[in-house]
Amino acid sequence: MKTTDLDFYYGDFPALEGVSLDFYINRVTALIGPSGCGKSTLLRCLNRMNDLIPYSRAEGKVLLDGQDIYDPNVDVVGLRRRIGMVFQKPNPFPKTVFENVAFGLRVNGISKKTYLANRVEESLNLAALWDEVSDRLDDSALGLSGGQQQRLCIARALAVEPEVLLMDEPCSALDPIATQKIEELIHQLKSSYTIIIVTHNMQQAARVSDITGFFYLGKLIEVDDTDTIFTRPKLQQTEDYITGRFG
Amino acid sequence: MNESETTLMEPGAMSSSALKGAEKEQNDMIKPSHARERRRRVFQRSAFGLFRIAAAVNGTALAIIIYFLVARGWRAINWTFLTQPPIDSMTKGGILPCIIGTLCLSMGAILVALPIGVASAIYLNEYARPGRVLRVIRLGINNLAGVPSIVFGLFGLALFVVLLGFGVSILSGALTLGAMTLPVIIGASEEALRAVPDTYREASLGLGATKWQTIYRVVLPAALPGILTGAILGIGRAAGETAPIMFTAAVFYSPSLPSSIFDEIMALPYHIYVLATAGTEIEATRHLQYGTALVLIVLVLGLNLVAIVYRARLRRRLG
Ligand SMILES: Nc1ncnc2c1ncn2[C@@H]1O[C@H](COP(=O)(O)OP(=O)(O)OP(=O)(O)O)[C@@H](O)[C@H]1O
Ligand SMILES: [Mg+2]
Repeated sequence: MKTTDLDFYYGDFPALEGVSLDFYINRVTALIGPSGCGKSTLLRCLNRMNDLIPYSRAEGKVLLDGQDIYDPNVDVVGLRRRIGMVFQKPNPFPKTVFENVAFGLRVNGISKKTYLANRVEESLNLAALWDEVSDRLDDSALGLSGGQQQRLCIARALAVEPEVLLMDEPCSALDPIATQKIEELIHQLKSSYTIIIVTHNMQQAARVSDITGFFYLGKLIEVDDTDTIFTRPKLQQTEDYITGRFG
Repeated sequence: MNESETTLMEPGAMSSSALKGAEKEQNDMIKPSHARERRRRVFQRSAFGLFRIAAAVNGTALAIIIYFLVARGWRAINWTFLTQPPIDSMTKGGILPCIIGTLCLSMGAILVALPIGVASAIYLNEYARPGRVLRVIRLGINNLAGVPSIVFGLFGLALFVVLLGFGVSILSGALTLGAMTLPVIIGASEEALRAVPDTYREASLGLGATKWQTIYRVVLPAALPGILTGAILGIGRAAGETAPIMFTAAVFYSPSLPSSIFDEIMALPYHIYVLATAGTEIEATRHLQYGTALVLIVLVLGLNLVAIVYRARLRRRLG
């Protein structure tokens, strides 16, 4: 998956300018940068979630398997199935834990009970949540703690087996143990997914990602192997941000 | 005090010394002063007092109404009254046909108004692009809510009774009451839909659900408590209306219960109206009038109670 010369506007406000970035399969790409620099906006461009925002518009190309996802002929629903998303704030449905995870399968026409049950358990296990919720699958998901809700959202996204996984600060509401579980999960998923993760936590970016892109004011300032970015960044600005001298 | 301030603030008149003065006043305001503290406390107390009185007026009004109805009508209420048709030129007997009639009309109205109202609200809130057309439609709906009920009665007479040939019937009355309830239901449904956080919609779409699946599986269930409450409250109001059914459904007297939706029907509010203005023995049937009113208000309050309990149950299940 890649973007070329992607601009994005909220009304007249340019939230992204000329972003060209490649995302590789079996690699984790981390997006870092100060608050408001457009990381979430970029993620939401990648599955066309920004279509929902009136008076917004995207220019440039976003390619998935060589096809421009902004092409008018593209089936947006199918596209979003292929590109899973975990949002910045946990947003489980006001349904049971089970129905939350099963949702994506159900809307894709799967209703076989045993299959659903298996997929739900598998996904919850992947998201390191099964042990905590296995006996409350029929309780409302809104009764879970914030961190559990976030892992539920991850399980929900995994259940439909997307090809690309977009994660917007998936650990911002998690305690260190849950965070570690999620990071292990990311490592594990890497072998079959393209993963793009936004994080404010530099250590996390360094730990989980293979490639890191640094954004500032809507522009991609620098992108390179994570090792390089964190040890020998080419630009002073990147180094200042990573070392905490501004942000 | 406000006036003197505005004269001070006239354009161009704001010298630097005036600015300093304003600054000083600000500083004074921040500094705690006992007089000011006390003034604030007194103000707060009297404001709360006023609000409390305003709230109490509502409750008192309801209490007084119910008291009057009970005091004057309770003698009429008995088993015969609730289960028999009126006899002897409606000076004796019961009001069963009226109760049945009002229930039929209310149910009919909700069957008409709920699907159309919810569908409209979904269109307006989920599909329509914001802009001129949407504003005009909204304006129309709001004005519809302000149309006097007698006008709905005449509209129903012209359209359903005469033009469509449904005659004076349950069907015509239910359609008319439904039309009258429509703005209430649309309003309540729209509000309920708006209250559903966008994050639900995003989560659903992000999982590859279509727009319709999102609405049907996520948005509507979340909005359901609000929609149903609005609907029942609207129906409660419609149940008590006389004007819309006067020409479209209600009949002065009918000895038998209706057998089809094309039958005309007796109804509680119209029965009260008839007894109180056109009956043969207006004074002698006072207790029957109050008794009928009591039944009507119990019915409406009962409906509202159902709405509240149902909403609470739904909320608990979802929350
Ligand atoms: N719906 C919107 N309408 C208008 N402007 C928006 C909207 N969403 C975001 N913006 C603006 O676009 C810019 C980028 O926002 P974005 O949410 O992508 O930042 P971010 O990098 O994810 O920040 P954070 O780290 O705080 O999540 C910000 O200046 C923001 O104010
Ligand atoms: Mg963000």
